[in-house]
Amino acid sequence: MAEPAAIGFSVPPAGRGMRDAKAPPPADGSEPFLDCGLLHVEGVTKYYGGRVGCEDVSFDLWPGEVLAVVGESGSGKSTLLNLVSGRMAPTSGRVRYRESSGALCDVHKLPEASRRRLLRTEWGYVHQNPRDGLRMRVSAGGNIGERLMACGNRHYGNIRKAGVSWLGKVEIDADRIDDMPVSYSGGMQQRLQIARNLVSAPRLVFMDEPTGGLDVSVQARLLDLIRTLVREMGLSVVLVTHDLAVARLLAHRLMVMRRGVVVEAGLADQVLDDPRHEYTQLLVSSVLQG
Amino acid sequence: MYVAVKGGEKAIANAHALLAEKRRGDLSVPEVETAQIREQLSLAVDRVMSEGSLYDRDTAALAIKQARGDLVEAVFLVRAYRTTLPRFGSADPLDTENMRVRRRVSATYKDVPGGQMLGPTFDYTHRLLDPALAGSGNAPRRPGEEAGEAGETPVEAVGLCPKVLSFLEKEGLLPEESDKGEAPGDLTRQPLQLPADRDIRLQSLARGDEGMLLALAYSTQRGFGSTHPFAGEIRMGEVEVAFTPEELGFPVIVGEITVTECETVNKFTGGGGVPAAFTRGYGLTFGEGERKAMSMALVDRSLRSEELGEAVKGPAQDQEFVLYHSDNVEASGFVQHLKLPHYVDFQAELELVRSLRRAHAANAARDSISRRASP
Amino acid sequence: MPAENSISENQRETPVYNFAYLDEQTKRMLRRAILKAVAVPGCQVPFGGREMPMPYGWGTGGIQVSAAIMGKNDVLKVIDQGSDDTTNAVSIRSFFKRVAGIPVTTSTREATIIQTRHRIPEHPLREGQIIVYQVPVPEPLRWMEPSEKETRTMHALEEYGVMHVKLYEDIARHGEIAASYDYPVMVGGRYVMSPSPLPKFDNPRMHQSPALQLFGAGREKRVYAVPPYTDVRSLDFEDHPFSVQRWDKPCEICGSTDTYLDEIIADDKGTRLYVCSDTDHCAARLASKENRQGGSDG
Repeated sequence: MAEPAAIGFSVPPAGRGMRDAKAPPPADGSEPFLDCGLLHVEGVTKYYGGRVGCEDVSFDLWPGEVLAVVGESGSGKSTLLNLVSGRMAPTSGRVRYRESSGALCDVHKLPEASRRRLLRTEWGYVHQNPRDGLRMRVSAGGNIGERLMACGNRHYGNIRKAGVSWLGKVEIDADRIDDMPVSYSGGMQQRLQIARNLVSAPRLVFMDEPTGGLDVSVQARLLDLIRTLVREMGLSVVLVTHDLAVARLLAHRLMVMRRGVVVEAGLADQVLDDPRHEYTQLLVSSVLQG
Repeated sequence: MYVAVKGGEKAIANAHALLAEKRRGDLSVPEVETAQIREQLSLAVDRVMSEGSLYDRDTAALAIKQARGDLVEAVFLVRAYRTTLPRFGSADPLDTENMRVRRRVSATYKDVPGGQMLGPTFDYTHRLLDPALAGSGNAPRRPGEEAGEAGETPVEAVGLCPKVLSFLEKEGLLPEESDKGEAPGDLTRQPLQLPADRDIRLQSLARGDEGMLLALAYSTQRGFGSTHPFAGEIRMGEVEVAFTPEELGFPVIVGEITVTECETVNKFTGGGGVPAAFTRGYGLTFGEGERKAMSMALVDRSLRSEELGEAVKGPAQDQEFVLYHSDNVEASGFVQHLKLPHYVDFQAELELVRSLRRAHAANAARDSISRRASP
Repeated sequence: MPAENSISENQRETPVYNFAYLDEQTKRMLRRAILKAVAVPGCQVPFGGREMPMPYGWGTGGIQVSAAIMGKNDVLKVIDQGSDDTTNAVSIRSFFKRVAGIPVTTSTREATIIQTRHRIPEHPLREGQIIVYQVPVPEPLRWMEPSEKETRTMHALEEYGVMHVKLYEDIARHGEIAASYDYPVMVGGRYVMSPSPLPKFDNPRMHQSPALQLFGAGREKRVYAVPPYTDVRSLDFEDHPFSVQRWDKPCEICGSTDTYLDEIIADDKGTRLYVCSDTDHCAARLASKENRQGGSDG
């Protein structure tokens, strides 16, 4: 693989405005990732016909780390999330994940059975539209309980208890447990979707614009909740957002994408306070003006 | 005391007798002959042959008579008869380029080699009921014939003409369809497996219900998965059927059949590294079946959406939806099986609903007591 | 089509059909599918279903399976709703009488092949018997997942969580599992299977049955099987175990209290009566009761 990408971020092809993330260099020249990293993305590229979806993106994700991918719509950030979470096959490059057993697996070479098992046990996926991530005709309790039942839990009382407890954690009244998600507000649906994902105590969660489509006051509450849960559960998160405020609040590290390539990456505060790339500067200033 | 009803056998025999009586109708009216159906209800015969997957006008006419004119029932009769027939092998692919064309229209070019030929079409008739047909002894009217005057004999142009779409193929604007040399699948022998290749899809559509395909085709035009079709060519006429017996190794002409073929030209803007070009939808029916052939071509093209990298949004683009629901023999059987007795299951449901209602009443009573008890 | 196969004016005699209607090649194809189904209990095996002279949904799958396994020494019983005399049972029985010429019976004991729709006979089946179920919708996951591609994947990967979601929803809403028939079962600890629309009353009879159980779905072109002495467990929760229907009243005819009863509206006032759904069992029970009474009298 390309030499600079063993840890942190690879330099994008043009190398403009790039700086290294503050990850410690390997002391002995070995790949420390292979000992404790969680997700290892190398040169991932996707072409749609002649059009670039995303090109040569590499990064590592460490346990407990939140990485935000920011950019405008069409920048390739959603494509990247689909590739990294194994939902779409890349044109080239690979994605490796360390399973809870310690084994390192190539996400796109996994048999379907193992990939689906990951998706319902060690991984979570929070969709921008909660309708895509919830069973709308199944009660809140059933939505939360599905992963438990899929993993073999056959005790109704215990599944129900977990449902009540998770509703509490996402600040939904326990007496709404038998209601259908359609009767929930948008913010509640999103919190329910998060509960449904987190009930199996995943290690890695992908989030696609989790606060998109919600009004500002609801967003703030949801962000606060996500931050608390991420900290308490020690989750690793890959988060896609167009909203720099969301990234600042949740992310440790940041990747800025434009036209399918990463133009700038680094520690979140650093990138946001002192953007180097002119595109990032533009993004940051437009937020300030807004 | 109740005694379980007996006499199913007798009831069935009775029903059959009543059916035979109704089929014949008023005895003072002459019985319709299958030859009359074959000759004078020929479009009904064509539809039954197509959806029954059996080219035999007399069998189809008999089925229509036996089914009292219910065409879906007639298709069913033909299919059930067809499965019992021995198979000698598969015919060679029909060469529709060498069709002796009796009707041929293209909506894409004003004029094409071979010309446009209207043939026997309803297209430009004014749909005014003709009282003259209510009587009998009517010879067909001729062109130019007015009251009392003699007219000309209608000219039926018959000829060979090149395929309209071949001109687009030569220009490279439309991919040529090529024979992969694989034996096509046979839905009447192997179960449908998804995703299905185009041979199986076309076979399924050719057997599919005309009404269903018409509605699906229409839905694509109204926006449920638009494919921007042009009627490149519709042709109807006679083609030879050739069969190559293994022991001979050369084709033998075994007969001639009438078919209607429709090829649509659809826009495709390119993508996935492929330059813009046109694509093709294909429809073929036995006999004269223009509505079905056109519908089939539109749906065939819609079903190619996935392989062409288009978004699958409409029902007509969804293989599973189209292929599993377009067979009227399957659909009719399953919808109508609801009239078979279901009393065992219904009994189970009755007991369940009653028990749920009892539980609900008990809960409500408990709640109202506790409400009264609390201050 | 060659001309000699058409029904022309001068050739209208009844066609002669092969034993049990289907040609031998088709039967062999069916037997291969059935053997595969027996080898993988509960797994739905696609087969090249033929068009039968009965409508789809009226037992064409069961008829094809019966035709494929039938021999000249077999004795056939056909029931619908437990009864030998319902019209469709009569129709299927007379079909096989005509095209196979084998003896038919209404007695569960005498039959070697029992084709059924919606019931398992009350009299316990024995080794050597085969029960053939007519199946309208073979896919137990269909109501949760409409796509065939997806349900096949779910079976292959043993991804059955969604079945329990449905049961969970029932308990949450109704306090009990609100499925009274076609109650899903787990076969041999591996495949979730639809028992065809049996009332759940019959589910326990499938478990460790000495008879071979074959299921045929004609429209959907699937066969599946439960070999003799195989575990068949109805899905449930540890704290909400599976249970079956019970009636407060005995059968009006034979006085039975342990059989499945049909409810009958006896008069205009809506008086309800309960009688056995298995007419053969009911008649046999009544006869033996009368015999005993006759014996004590004389």
